[in-house]
Amino acid sequence: MTEQLSNPETQKQEIVEQEQTERTRESRMYVPRVDIYESDDAIHILADIPGADENSIDITLEKNVLTIDAEVQAEKPQDYSLMYAEYGIGGFRRKFNLSNEIDQEKIVAEVKDGVLKLVLPKSEKVTQKISVKAAKE
Amino acid sequence: MIYRRTSSPSLWEEMDKLQREMNRMFDSAFTNRLIDRPINSHDFPAMNVWTKADAGQVITAEIPGMNVDDLDIKVVGETLTISGSRQAPVDDENIRYHRQERGYGSFTRTIQLPFAIEVDKVEANYEKGVLKIWLPRAESDKPRKITVKAI
Repeated sequence: MTEQLSNPETQKQEIVEQEQTERTRESRMYVPRVDIYESDDAIHILADIPGADENSIDITLEKNVLTIDAEVQAEKPQDYSLMYAEYGIGGFRRKFNLSNEIDQEKIVAEVKDGVLKLVLPKSEKVTQKISVKAAKE
Repeated sequence: MIYRRTSSPSLWEEMDKLQREMNRMFDSAFTNRLIDRPINSHDFPAMNVWTKADAGQVITAEIPGMNVDDLDIKVVGETLTISGSRQAPVDDENIRYHRQERGYGSFTRTIQLPFAIEVDKVEANYEKGVLKIWLPRAESDKPRKITVKAI
């Protein structure tokens, strides 16, 4: 009996999203750190993407999956060589699943000083809920 | 196996060699640890150091979302200090946080430079969340070239 209980297979596991495809370009990719908060009328996402600007950020929305893709050009001071490095330079990518309550037409994105701000307004229509009844014998 | 020492000098040599090896091992272990150590609050922001012989150094740091007025850069002698504070996140009764991964608050970092700086010519810019500081080497500190005269 005790053996059965301690079997790790019975433990729930979190989903680990794996990248299905490989990138053709050889550069590093990082996961941007984000803050996500919800207000009464919208969901706000703040993402740290230092080195990217409005021309190098790509935000796509496909089938409820929001992808933030930011390309960062490795700017190197001319004639200088890297002597010591504590951080790597590379692009940023992160995907989020959006729920249906978001009005996908009205998403606003802006970037300032390496911080991307996304505002995802909630839609007016409320998703229909199906209540579950207890079946009678 | 039996080691036979024919004379004591070679034993001392051997000891010397062993000591050197040990020193080197500890040295490399120590440096490796310095590089791999986890970044704590004292080590923010992470820096990259670029160098050019005789001209000086350029230091870059990723500090997204800063207000330029909140950034403070000081050079005293051969030490550089960067300090500042990143705005605390929006706090309101009506909002609810789902995730909070971005750091905030104040930070200070001091680094020792390998040469004296021409303090008047230090320049810094902040663009796209990346801070770049140009540190030209002091003229008086630059190596002097000595010409060899033929007699």
